[in-house]
Amino acid sequence: MSHPSQAANFLKDEKRAHWHDETLWFVREKRDISSKGIPEWEELRKLASGIKDHVLTKLDYYLEELEKKATENGIKVHWAKDAEEHNKIVLSILEEKKCKAIVKSKSILTEECHLNPFLEKHGVEVVDTDLGERIVQFLNQPPSHIVLPAIHLKKGDISEIFHEKLQTEKGNEDPTYLTNAARIHLRDKFMKAKVAITGVNFAIPETGEFVVCTNEGNADMGVHLADVHIACMGIEKIIPRREDLGIFLRLLARSATGQSITNYNSHFRSPAPGKEIHLILVDNGRTKQLGREKFKNSLKCIRCGACMNTCPIYRRSGGYSYGSTVPGPIGSILSPGIDVKKYSTLPFASTLCGSCSDVCPVKINIHEQLYEWRQEITKAQGWSAKGMSMKLANGIFKSPLAYKVSGKVLRATLKTLPNSIIYNPLNVWGKGRTVPEVPKESFKEWYQKNRP
Amino acid sequence: MEVALFIPCYIDQFYPHVAQATLELLEKLGCKVSYPLDQTCCGQPMANSGFERDTEGTTRQFIETFKAYDFIVAPSGSCVLHIKEHQPKIDDLEQFQKEVQSKIYELSEFLTDILKVGTVKGSFPHKIGFHSSCHGQRGLRLSSSSELNEAPFSKAKDLFAGIKDLELVELSRKDECCGFGGTFAVSEEALSIQMGKDRLADHLDHQVEIICGGDTSCLMHLQGIAERNHKSVKFMHLAEILNQAIS
Repeated sequence: MSHPSQAANFLKDEKRAHWHDETLWFVREKRDISSKGIPEWEELRKLASGIKDHVLTKLDYYLEELEKKATENGIKVHWAKDAEEHNKIVLSILEEKKCKAIVKSKSILTEECHLNPFLEKHGVEVVDTDLGERIVQFLNQPPSHIVLPAIHLKKGDISEIFHEKLQTEKGNEDPTYLTNAARIHLRDKFMKAKVAITGVNFAIPETGEFVVCTNEGNADMGVHLADVHIACMGIEKIIPRREDLGIFLRLLARSATGQSITNYNSHFRSPAPGKEIHLILVDNGRTKQLGREKFKNSLKCIRCGACMNTCPIYRRSGGYSYGSTVPGPIGSILSPGIDVKKYSTLPFASTLCGSCSDVCPVKINIHEQLYEWRQEITKAQGWSAKGMSMKLANGIFKSPLAYKVSGKVLRATLKTLPNSIIYNPLNVWGKGRTVPEVPKESFKEWYQKNRP
Repeated sequence: MEVALFIPCYIDQFYPHVAQATLELLEKLGCKVSYPLDQTCCGQPMANSGFERDTEGTTRQFIETFKAYDFIVAPSGSCVLHIKEHQPKIDDLEQFQKEVQSKIYELSEFLTDILKVGTVKGSFPHKIGFHSSCHGQRGLRLSSSSELNEAPFSKAKDLFAGIKDLELVELSRKDECCGFGGTFAVSEEALSIQMGKDRLADHLDHQVEIICGGDTSCLMHLQGIAERNHKSVKFMHLAEILNQAIS
């Protein structure tokens, strides 16, 4: 997996790439308008960041509190140390209930754990009920964005997919028509599912409840029709008190889509008579990340996706160019913690422009962590030609004389070389850019002559 | 006021006129300017590539060269940010390093916050697009960031405000990155070029004559793309415009 080659591939269709950029920029602008509509925005960010920092310092305490209170409420709490354990727990509940078909509302955690292929391998039909997720599921693709899973597809693409899968009219791209076809299709799946899976946006140890946010109401529809609700959460999803929600819900909706509030913010506290709620607490590398001083605050993320919408690289390379469950800037600081080799190009897929850090509702210093991961990755890689050239550069820059001589040689070379050599394929700079015109003397030379 | 001029290596080698303009401008505004001849590079290209640990020699050279001065001024937000935030710690020079990091200023920041020139008086009858470099903007906070809910400000625009006939256009995307990003320009070549093209298009759609900025590296990248695509637009550093406007 190499981000540069995936990005170059995405950019081959310049028109479509431009459309992708504009579409996400539109979401970023909606976010700007709604975040600027409340004067206390920066105060909210500060509060949210502080609360999350606090949670990370006492995560063990809060998790045990959550388990205690949730259990008192009649929720069955499970602990999973990794994706494999998580998937096995889900499967064991399904087997106990003799359930062969489930509905699932959006959960990036279950994507991270690759739950769908695992369950399908064991003969369980999994239907993603978020419209965007259902669309990419028809294509056997993962989401390309954590909030807008099918943002890389155009109306025409969706019309074609629905024509093939749901027998809609060929060429009919009317969004209302297509959405209605999806509703009818999903309604049938909802009615048949005995078990519904959801993610968790916030879990509250104070009350032992958890909150799931969706715009389509699909989590609620699934859960209320099924006998069993399985909720899967990463262990970092804690906020201490119910009253803290006011801060996070305001930040989340505005950051994600520019809405002032998500349509459905549903609280789940105890199962209805005759029904069950299972809550699975998943580590899967989070404790390890918590132990990395420079990177631990990446766990403050509330998965709003704003850093993707604002990122000039994400907008022009698409979610799949990252090859990780969570793409974009936040994905580029989370993924190397999971597999530093596999995701080694991601922290370099950035100009360190800092827009991600300024847009982040919980003030994660994303671009600074990208810089720090670069330092870690080059260390992990050991010897490289690039590393050698950096050592040489340091040798030049630590000596004023070496610097002076090298600069002179460089300028003289550039001045005398014919264009055919300057613009050869090895000079990547020159593929799409001219090189600067070479002056006859450096500033230092000019200064020594003119300001003796 | 006595200041030491730090001229980043690529400006020294390829854009000496930007350095000359900075020197002349500071002198016109009443500074006594020294240019320490032992200076080389800040070390940023290596550090941003993941080799901060290999810039000790470069950093040591920088601190030794500049430690005696009260103010250090550079016509580059990016290099100044590097010195402030990403130099490796040099233990035996700790105190000097801290001082150097706190007394180095980007040019527009120095003019605004230390010299307190307010606006520069002069004339420059041209239509200009200003490219805010990300490191200057979000790193040194030289202007407000469109992501934050804060009152808009820009040190460069304040400096321009008193210049007669200078028309500053409002861009559609006020502070999008140009795609230079140091070694990013080469390692993510396709993306870098596309970002540059898009940034350029925003300026050209507003019919600017000159694209101006506080970081020559962004301008070098944008100019390279403009020339390759035969776009007729000029590029000038902030220091050049201010220096010309005054004279």
